[in-house]
Amino acid sequence: MSLLAFSDFHLAFWSIAVGCVCGVACALLGCFLVLKRMSLLCDAVGHGMLPGIAIVVLLTGTLSSFVLFVGAMVFGVLTAFLAQSLSRFGTVSEDSALGIVFTSLFAVGVVLLSRFLGHIDLDPGCVFYGLFEFVPTKTFILFDVEIPETFSPTLRELIATLVEVPEAFPTMLTALVITIVFVALFWKELQLAAFDPELASAMGYNAQLLHYLLVALVAACSVAAFEAVGVVVVLAMFIVPAATAQMLADRMRPMLLWAAAVAVVAAVVGYWLASPWVFACNVGGMIATVLGAELLLAVLFAPRHGVLAKLVRNFRLTLRIAGEEILAILYRARENQTRVDTFVLKDHGLSRFTIWLALVRLQRQGAIERGASGWQLTDTGAQQAESLVRAHRLWEAFLGENFELPLDHLHAPASRVEHFLGPELQKQLAEQLHEPSKDPHGKQIPPVHEPQMHSDKST
Amino acid sequence: MPILDVHDVTVAYHRKPVLWDVDWTLDEPRLVGIVGPNGAGKSTLIKAMLGLVPLVSGTVNVFDQPVANVRRRIGYVPQRESVDWDFPVSVLDVALMGTYGSLGWFRRPGAKQRALAEKCLEMVGIRDLEQQQIGQLSGGQQQRTFLARALAQQADVYFMDEPFAGVDAATEQAIFQILRHLRQQGKTIVVVHHDLRTVPRYFDHLILLNVRLVASGPTATVFTDENLRKTYGGRLSILETVGAAVQAQERTP
Amino acid sequence: MIFWDWGSLYNVFVVLAGVSLLAASAGAIGCFAVLRRRALTGDALAHGALPGLCLAFLIAGERSLPILLLGALASGAAGIGVIALLRRWTRIKEDAAIGIVLSVFFGSGVALMSIIQNWPGGSRARLESFILGKTAGMVRQDVYVIAGLAGLTLVVVLLLYKEFKLVAFDPSFARVQGWPDFWLDFLLMLLVALAVVVGLPAVGVLLMAALLIIPAAAARFWTERLGIMLILSAAFGVLAGVAGTLVSTFLEKIPTGPSIILAGSLLFGVSLLFAPKRGWLARRRENARQRHAARQRRFLSVLYDATEPALPHCVPVPLAQLQAEPAWTTRQLTKLLEDAQRKQWIEREGDTLRLTPRGLEHAGQTARNERLWKLYLEEYTDQAVAQLQTDLPLLESVAEPAVIDALARKLKLE
Repeated sequence: MSLLAFSDFHLAFWSIAVGCVCGVACALLGCFLVLKRMSLLCDAVGHGMLPGIAIVVLLTGTLSSFVLFVGAMVFGVLTAFLAQSLSRFGTVSEDSALGIVFTSLFAVGVVLLSRFLGHIDLDPGCVFYGLFEFVPTKTFILFDVEIPETFSPTLRELIATLVEVPEAFPTMLTALVITIVFVALFWKELQLAAFDPELASAMGYNAQLLHYLLVALVAACSVAAFEAVGVVVVLAMFIVPAATAQMLADRMRPMLLWAAAVAVVAAVVGYWLASPWVFACNVGGMIATVLGAELLLAVLFAPRHGVLAKLVRNFRLTLRIAGEEILAILYRARENQTRVDTFVLKDHGLSRFTIWLALVRLQRQGAIERGASGWQLTDTGAQQAESLVRAHRLWEAFLGENFELPLDHLHAPASRVEHFLGPELQKQLAEQLHEPSKDPHGKQIPPVHEPQMHSDKST
Repeated sequence: MPILDVHDVTVAYHRKPVLWDVDWTLDEPRLVGIVGPNGAGKSTLIKAMLGLVPLVSGTVNVFDQPVANVRRRIGYVPQRESVDWDFPVSVLDVALMGTYGSLGWFRRPGAKQRALAEKCLEMVGIRDLEQQQIGQLSGGQQQRTFLARALAQQADVYFMDEPFAGVDAATEQAIFQILRHLRQQGKTIVVVHHDLRTVPRYFDHLILLNVRLVASGPTATVFTDENLRKTYGGRLSILETVGAAVQAQERTP
Repeated sequence: MIFWDWGSLYNVFVVLAGVSLLAASAGAIGCFAVLRRRALTGDALAHGALPGLCLAFLIAGERSLPILLLGALASGAAGIGVIALLRRWTRIKEDAAIGIVLSVFFGSGVALMSIIQNWPGGSRARLESFILGKTAGMVRQDVYVIAGLAGLTLVVVLLLYKEFKLVAFDPSFARVQGWPDFWLDFLLMLLVALAVVVGLPAVGVLLMAALLIIPAAAARFWTERLGIMLILSAAFGVLAGVAGTLVSTFLEKIPTGPSIILAGSLLFGVSLLFAPKRGWLARRRENARQRHAARQRRFLSVLYDATEPALPHCVPVPLAQLQAEPAWTTRQLTKLLEDAQRKQWIEREGDTLRLTPRGLEHAGQTARNERLWKLYLEEYTDQAVAQLQTDLPLLESVAEPAVIDALARKLKLE
């Protein structure tokens, strides 16, 4: 017998444990689903397995039997199979086929549940939003222990909690173990199938079999999780951690680890936010919300693929281009002995602010200075500018030789491309053009300088 | 007044340039062929002229105006694979779509439009199929349907993307006859073409394209071994390298 | 239980009117969604509507259908926007984006709903009815709202029928013609959103997608014309809606949403199996007919080949020679023989058979056509492949006379 009838600690511990185990199992599978673009199939399978559950519960009268897995897997695979057959033999487009099959099966499931199972502890409501709160309340005693009175109360509570396991937990743990074993066993096949299913088939792997195995596992994990969070939130547990991980990682292994971590964080934070101390609301819904928030953070702040990182990269490129344009203008001005006071760079779409910022930056770098005779290049600035003008004129020479372009059309393309021609490309160009000394307009192509001037240009 | 003016057009997909600085002007009505190897950007050039893909740089003018202002004077035959042929419309429906531009908002095609569409179907030789669903047609008949739709646009400039791809010889001849007929009426037709054997017979003006414009002008002067070698002799490797460098650094859209 | 009195009968009519209207508009607009391959976007829209419903209730503080639907529409549209943004700005693919919006929006809606229910008076919101659909509570005012929205959808579809058709079929052609394809597409999605939102009270969030997809997909089996498909789809929607509502009204413990969907599924199943031409049975029959015709051609060719050396006499051909052919099974051969005898192409004489004059003419033509085609495929491969049809029509009907002459001359030489 339990010493404390479901203390807060017991509830919290097992709720979070359940959330983590389900979440990690779903997240691991989710990575492959997202990469194989099976997200919507996953949604369909999650819905379509409902009649399987209903039938099993109808026959056995309980929700915690392992037969439930079988029922769910059968109907999950059936969903995928029916949708595939419908689009192949029934001239129905793939997405419509999926939609028709899963909604129909789901409707059958709901009717079965509401018509025949009203009296059992599986009401339709639970199917949609899950009853996370009740999962830890149906428990069994793992083994009877006599907890010595000499232990501290905290320790006693911990032990009491650990031995009193929610009925659903072994099922969920099994799902997790199966998933991990599956991923480990089929590691390279899964990667191959996610990357290039046709190649996988050509190499003799049965991609179709793997596909249905994956579908069956999705059904298994869905059924393990659905009592807790409901059929829709399960989808969030599959897809969102994987999508978040995709924003953060570029390879498979880190992606799986990130996805698992995201799932664990969502389980813990979600439970805490949903607990009576904060919002007192549905746990599954809150977990999905937290998952969404995690994804939002990743989308915004991911170091390489995040929106912010992209904006910063773009702005730095713009700033660099502005700076280089300024240097080039000053260089040409020096060639033509004209005076420069203001810069207008409309054809590059550069705003006044960007130009001002670029000017400040160049001044700080000591590349330009403002004297009595307007803006001037310093020696370092002149070196940088020379490289840029070299790139520009080399490209003009290249265009002149290989493109059908009139002479007066060379400048604009060259001023777009010049910013991307580092020393290495310049060398290649010069070699291919047999080290020209003049561009098509007859202007001098500056000779090559020491490589350090392009240092801030390397990718 | 130039009919078509492509000014320094560069187009990029996923930041990688697929068309570099193409500059080309057409002053007289011509039957123009765009020729080049696979992946040379032939379709992209047509789409750029039609305003269907964003330009990284450059401008396109048709009759001295931006394309958007002269839509009524433009006809288009897209690639056959670009639509779902199982779509529930009949051949006549598709031909009628060519008249939608002149109809404007809300108005339905009436007897006049119907007569025009039927005349166009007659011209391409599939009048008897007008009630068929488009999926039941053969490849050649589908291409003829698209051509009829373009004819129903009653345009001054036609753009056609691979109209001869995967059609039978009879259809190819029929299409060519129609192109010539249009040309005689003083229309301009720009055709993406893949079959070098028929080039000198079909076109009086040529664009040789391989990512960049290799040569353009009257077929007689442009269609030379030297130019073809330049066009089909592989990419300029340096262009590929620079393209990759641009892709790696360019601003994300 | 339903008690038969005027009041409840009146209620049933009100509900049926509402359900019919919304099913009709969902069915019609669903055609475009299905043809545009946007079927599951409607699903995402429906799920995405839930948090909006809850927020609208929180703001309005009471259960007023127009405000709730407005909230649902706004958050459904936001969901579609998020899908577009995720696709545009991140490496997340469309299917994952749809899944994310669907589940996260729904999850946050569920969380909000449970908060509302814990509030004093919150349970009066009966927001759960939006998840599975509950038509019983529909009152006359609700039907007015539904009728208004359904009517709006109908008017827009009627007005812009031509434009929608064009954009759904070939968006890039539409753009070349100067139509604002992006905005037309957007309007189409907006109408889908409207249909979804209107459908929520009846079939609920979870099954709304079905009301968009199933009638349209079923209607597609019966017709090759978009206009007819729209009308049929709307009619199927109404049929499913009415049947489903009645079943759920008269049978206990069957929620409206699933029962409407199952009625629709039944309609779809019937269409899938029995529709003329596109239906599964019809296509099976057509395939069988074509295979039989092909075997018959082969049968005649074999007979002709065996007869040819002794022409103009029709020598008997041993049955064993036909049985040795791998092109058919014994049963199929029996059927071919019976067929040929009935048409008086052959005469059986014990273990041999002989072509009749009538049969000879037919077999000669078939054999010649088959040989011409074979040669045609060898000599004019590209052209021939483009014209090849399963029923192998007479070459004269597809190829030019000059080509046929050349081929025939070649045949003679061989």
